[in-house]
Amino acid sequence: MNRVAAVLSRVGRLLPAYAVLYIGFLYLPILLLPLFSFNDSKVLGFPLTGFTTKWYAGLAEQTALFSALKNSLFVAVVSAVVATSLGTLISRAISKHRYPLRRTSQTIVMAPLVMPEIIIAISLLIVFLGIGLGTTLFTVILAHSLLTIPFCVSIMTSAFGQFDDALEEAAVDLGETSWGALRRVTLPVVAPGIISCLLISFTVSFDEFILAFFLSGNSPTLPVYIWSQVRFPAKLPNVIALGSLLILVSILFLLAAERFRRRSERFTTQAE
Amino acid sequence: MDHKIAVNIANVSKSFGSFQAVRDVNLQLRQGEFFSLLGPSGCGKSTLLRMIAGFEDPSEGAIAIDGLPMEGTDANHRPTNMVFQSYAIFPHLNVEENIIFGLARSGLSRAEKREKASDMLSKVGLEGLGRRGAHELSGGQRQRVALARALVLEPKVLLLDEPMSALDKKLREQMQMELRALQRSVGITFLMVTHDQHEAMTISDRCGVMFEGRLAQVATPHELYQKPNTKQVADFIGGMNFFDGSIKANGGEKLDVELPWFGQVSVDAHGVSDGVGLPVTIGLRPERVHVGSRRPDGADVAVPARVIDRAFYGETIHYYLELEGRADPLIASVTNFERADHFEVGDPVWSGFRGGAAVALPRK
Repeated sequence: MNRVAAVLSRVGRLLPAYAVLYIGFLYLPILLLPLFSFNDSKVLGFPLTGFTTKWYAGLAEQTALFSALKNSLFVAVVSAVVATSLGTLISRAISKHRYPLRRTSQTIVMAPLVMPEIIIAISLLIVFLGIGLGTTLFTVILAHSLLTIPFCVSIMTSAFGQFDDALEEAAVDLGETSWGALRRVTLPVVAPGIISCLLISFTVSFDEFILAFFLSGNSPTLPVYIWSQVRFPAKLPNVIALGSLLILVSILFLLAAERFRRRSERFTTQAE
Repeated sequence: MDHKIAVNIANVSKSFGSFQAVRDVNLQLRQGEFFSLLGPSGCGKSTLLRMIAGFEDPSEGAIAIDGLPMEGTDANHRPTNMVFQSYAIFPHLNVEENIIFGLARSGLSRAEKREKASDMLSKVGLEGLGRRGAHELSGGQRQRVALARALVLEPKVLLLDEPMSALDKKLREQMQMELRALQRSVGITFLMVTHDQHEAMTISDRCGVMFEGRLAQVATPHELYQKPNTKQVADFIGGMNFFDGSIKANGGEKLDVELPWFGQVSVDAHGVSDGVGLPVTIGLRPERVHVGSRRPDGADVAVPARVIDRAFYGETIHYYLELEGRADPLIASVTNFERADHFEVGDPVWSGFRGGAAVALPRK
C-alpha cells in the first residue's frame, strides 16, 4: 500500500508538467496565427523577418471579404435569435411538463450535436434543392439554427432545472397573471442563461464552415470565403490577420457567455 | 361563542387520477385565528392549502373565503397570500423589490409602496435591509421577507406551507414565537401546514389533524393532546400508552373499565357510549404514569414493573417499563426534578396512574 502511495505521489508531482504540455499543445498553434499576422513576409514560417501591421491595414480594401463578414454576422445574429427562442421554449417544455415521449423528443432535439455535420449538410442540400428553396443565406440560417438549438437546449434545461417552480406560483399568488409571472419572474431569473445561449449560438454559427459551404450559394459566409482565399498565397497574410481578429472576438464572446452562465447559476442555486 | 368565518371548506375532495388526496373535508376557519393543519407527509394537508390558495381546484365540494365562493376565481384574484416552503424569494430582486412585487397593480405611487415596504420590514424585524440582495439573506431572513411580501397585501388569510422546515432547531423555536406574535399584531387569519406536532401545538389556536386525506379531529392543542378522538390522533400527537380493556359500567362522564394488569379503574368516557361488556381502548400519556420505588400514593391503580430501558432528555427522563406478560413496554416520562428518584435498567419499580388521567378512545 505504502509503495503504491509513493508511486502515486511521484506521478502526482508530474501532473503540473503534464498540464502545461497539454495546454501548450492545444493553444500554441493558435498563438502562431497572430504571430505570423504581424510578420513582414508572405511566407508563413520561421524565421520571422520583421514587424508589420500592413496585413491588417490591407484588410480594409478587401470588399469581398467585408461582404462575407457582413453575411456571417447576419446569419449568426438571426440564427442565434431563432435557436435561443426555440431552445428556450423546448427546454421549458422538457423541464416543466410531463408528456408522452418526453425523453425521446429530448434525444431527437440533441441529435444534431452528435451527427456528422457533413451528413446533415448533404441531406439539407438535397431537401432544400428538392423543395425549391435553393441555396441562400436563408438556408444557412435554417441549418445553423438546427445546429445550435442543442447548445441552447442544454444551457436552458440546466437553467430551468434549477428554477424553483414556487417562484412562478409566488408571482401568481401575489396577483400576477401567468403571463406577468413569466415576464416579471421567469424570464429575468433565466436571463443570464438566455444571454449565454445567444453568445454561444452566435459564436458557433459565425465559425461554422461545412453547412455554410454546402448551403450558402453565391453569398459566402466568412469561413467559406477564407477557405476560398487560402488557395492564393498572396492573400494568405490578410486572411491570417482577419483570423487573428476573429480569434480575439471569439474568446471575448466565450468569456462573456461563461460569466453569464455563472451568474445564472448563482441566481438559481441560492435557494438553500 | 359566535365566530366570524374566514374560510369555509364544505365537503371538499380532491383526486389526482385514481389517488384521492383529500376526502370530504369540512372545516371552518375563524376570523383572526392561527390554525394549523397537521399530519404526516402525504396526508393531503398541502393539497388542501393549495386548493384554498387557488393552485388546485377541488374535485368536489366548495371553498368560500370571507363569505365569497372561490370557484372560478384564480389564485391571483384570491384574498389569500402564501408563504412557500422554499420561501420562493425572487432571486433577481432585492428585499424591498420582493416586498412591493404584489403592489404592482395597487395604483400606489413609488413612494407609497416604499413606505409600505419599510413598515412591513420593521414589523418582521428587518429594518434597513431593503437594499439587501436576495442571495445575501440567511434562512431566517428569507422567511421574514416571505412573510412581509405576503402580509403587505393585507390578505384575508395568510397561508403558510411548512414555513419552518428549512430552519435549524434553535431558529425554528425562535421563529415560532415570533410568528405567533406577528399573527396577533396583524390580526390576520393564519393557516399553517406542518408535519411537526410540536410546532402546531406551540403556536396554534386550533389544529386540524389529517390522515389519508381525511380530517380526523379539529380542536385546540390542549384538547387534542388531552382528549384525542382516535388512536391514530393520540399516537401522532405526542407519545401515548394504549390498553385494551372492557367496559364494566358506563356513567356518561365516567367509564368504569376492567384493564389487564391494573384491574378496574374509572376513566374519562370522552363520548364513548358503548354498553357494558364491550371492548374499549384506553390512552394514557407517559407523563401521567407514576413511577416509584414504593407504591405511588396518588395513583388509583398500581402494579409492580421492571425498568427495561431509559432515555435521558434533560428536562425529562423516559422509563420503559415491563409489565409481566405485556408485549409493549409501558412508557413513563418523569420530570427531572432535583429530588426525583432515579432508576437504573433492571430496577424493580411500582407503576400506576390516576383514573382521571386516562381517556377512553372512541372506536372509528
